[in-house]
Amino acid sequence: MGVERSGGVEWLTTTVDAFANWARKNSLWPMPFGTACCGIEFMAALASRHDLARFGAEAIRFSPRQSDLLVVAGRIPIKMMPVLTRIYQQMPEPKWVIAMGACASSGGVFDTYSVIQGIDNFLPVDVYIPGCPPRPEAFLDGVIKVQKLIKRDSLGHYKPPVEETAA
Amino acid sequence: MTLEAKELSTDNLVLNFGPSHPATHGTLRVIMEIDGEVVTKVTPEIGFLHCGFEKLGEHLDYNQYITVTDRMNYLSPMCNNVAFVLAAEKLLDLEVPKRAQYIRVLMCELSRIADHLLQIGMQAVDVGAFTVFLYGFRLREWIYDLFELAYGARLTTSYTRVGGLMRDLPDAFVPAALELLDRAPDTFKEIDGLLTHNRIWLDRARYIGPISHDEAISYGLTGPVARAAGVDYDLRTKEPYSSYEDFDFDVIIGSNGDVYDRYLVRLNEMRESLKICRQVLEKMPVGPVNVDADSKYVLPPREEMFNSIEGLIHHFMITMENQGLTPPVGEAYVPTESPNGELGYFIVSDGGREPYRVRTRPPSLINYSAFPAMMENMTVSDTVAILGSLNVIAGELDR
Amino acid sequence: MLPKDQLAVVLKEKFPDSFIEITDFRDMLTVHIRSEQALDLLRTLKTDPRFAFNFLADITAVDHLEMGGPARFAVVYHLLNQYEVQRIVVRAWVDEEQPSLPSAYPLWKTADWQEREVYDLFGIEFSGHPDLRRIMTPDDFQHHPLRKDYPLQGRGERSNFPVVKRRIGSKWQEAKSVQ
Repeated sequence: MGVERSGGVEWLTTTVDAFANWARKNSLWPMPFGTACCGIEFMAALASRHDLARFGAEAIRFSPRQSDLLVVAGRIPIKMMPVLTRIYQQMPEPKWVIAMGACASSGGVFDTYSVIQGIDNFLPVDVYIPGCPPRPEAFLDGVIKVQKLIKRDSLGHYKPPVEETAA
Repeated sequence: MTLEAKELSTDNLVLNFGPSHPATHGTLRVIMEIDGEVVTKVTPEIGFLHCGFEKLGEHLDYNQYITVTDRMNYLSPMCNNVAFVLAAEKLLDLEVPKRAQYIRVLMCELSRIADHLLQIGMQAVDVGAFTVFLYGFRLREWIYDLFELAYGARLTTSYTRVGGLMRDLPDAFVPAALELLDRAPDTFKEIDGLLTHNRIWLDRARYIGPISHDEAISYGLTGPVARAAGVDYDLRTKEPYSSYEDFDFDVIIGSNGDVYDRYLVRLNEMRESLKICRQVLEKMPVGPVNVDADSKYVLPPREEMFNSIEGLIHHFMITMENQGLTPPVGEAYVPTESPNGELGYFIVSDGGREPYRVRTRPPSLINYSAFPAMMENMTVSDTVAILGSLNVIAGELDR
Repeated sequence: MLPKDQLAVVLKEKFPDSFIEITDFRDMLTVHIRSEQALDLLRTLKTDPRFAFNFLADITAVDHLEMGGPARFAVVYHLLNQYEVQRIVVRAWVDEEQPSLPSAYPLWKTADWQEREVYDLFGIEFSGHPDLRRIMTPDDFQHHPLRKDYPLQGRGERSNFPVVKRRIGSKWQEAKSVQ
């Protein structure tokens, strides 16, 4: 948006920001990248007892082009990491990443040759949810934390988004 | 003027299905060559969740590895725990008390119900019926409540220990379990009513993905997939373990080996599991849940550990790094009937504290290897239905 | 199935060069044989009506580098006779220099993926296998992980990926550390 570049109209942009953030945080569309046991607890968070739809995040989109919240639920081995990086790069801005569970946050129980010791080594992560697997209530808490992050966001941050991969 | 039909030269399309796809349940990849809608060649690719479980087993001791076995078949984790400790106890030549065996049977059967519910739910979601998933999850949450009451965890249970169980069942468990057993048949009736005679479900499941009896044996299939093809082999009746011979239940056998038969086998197996659970609760013996505490396999009770030096030394001997329970040199394999098929742990011991080699016989991998055979002359939409019916769990597939 | 001593006699006369012994540990019979005639032994156990082991439950391998044995690797086959409910284990001992033995695919189709897994994780080749390539590890993985001389944490394969950086406003959001 070119409004903020002209300067002197910050009250307009803060109102627009607040409105945009409110709209974004209450309509997060998650992209579940569920690989293992945390994926089952993610499914339990979608089911009727712990309902994720209350937070507006009911529309699970398995296409990265249509989602804005990447939930990495489960352990990520070396064969799956290029796939995850590609999915992340395919998502349009603004996007947020939740590392759900101990394995996505830090490798978990698996300190082996084949498991990435935490996706934050290669991708920027916004919220970490500890647990093995985290209860659905813990996952909902993580979503609320993402909503709080979004509240502090600003449209000016995304002009233009620059993403580079270091070799 | 007549137009002549000319032969258009066509090529088969190579379609990549997965590994990130809603219907592949995580991490499966299928490379299909399709001619219109019909799939001519299928090449599955696996290994996207290979975490090195078997190598990890060589660095953890027997009781520590139980926590890792939970993460293999995470829909029914108790079955993995029980299979592993049965192999470890065979290696050590331990006989676990009757009460512990009955509790293990109860937990395995409840896990079987949970596994089949999720499988039917996911298969229905893949085909387009979302309601079945929600009904199934409601009953699964009640089963999770029972698990939480018994040992505090919903999914990664680690309830068994070499020599018995982590702890005995609390008093509130049996009434809560009986209440669940009264409520569960209604859910099965709902699922039955929604799917069994549903025209759309029949069109998408009947005669899809069939496999014959001899092919099933050649491919090493076990569990509901094999029983749907007519193979009459259930390890709970043929090679009973952990007191399964005390219970009376039927084994469900199908005839065609297609997706619809697998669904019916699983639905009726859930009903048989309820029968077994009821018998376990009625016949539950009173007694200890661990082998004799004087033996060197089980931790002593806390009062003894805190109040006597012998108890403290006993506790140290089991948990400290350079001691711990040490089986003789040898190997053991105990096959058990998990919801997916024959699950067994092959443990090779060199006399040390940690196993020398721990191998899981993965029913998901072996069932999935028959997938190309089931995909003869099927269409792209049948791929999803057949994949769902095999219940391929990536944690067990790739380990 | 024949009892253990008769089984030993029958096998010794059929496979005089490669048959090593039969062991019995906790009621589980294990036939130890050298790798060259392992396939013939499996064929005998499957087709001979005295044995009739029609079902192959599992193929795996054990690396005996630290434990010792007639050879370094042992490929273990678990067989089941579904008619009489009997199990037997066949251990084929394979040497270290050129670990290879004939594939069991002609007898049971389940050997396909299981032998690929043994090749991937141990490096034992199966001659006559229709499509022997890696199954669990990525295609460009150099080593055979389940061998005893390969460390648990690997040799750096798990830190070898590009780091995605992203700019939010004027701040670069980066990955925390590369392990």
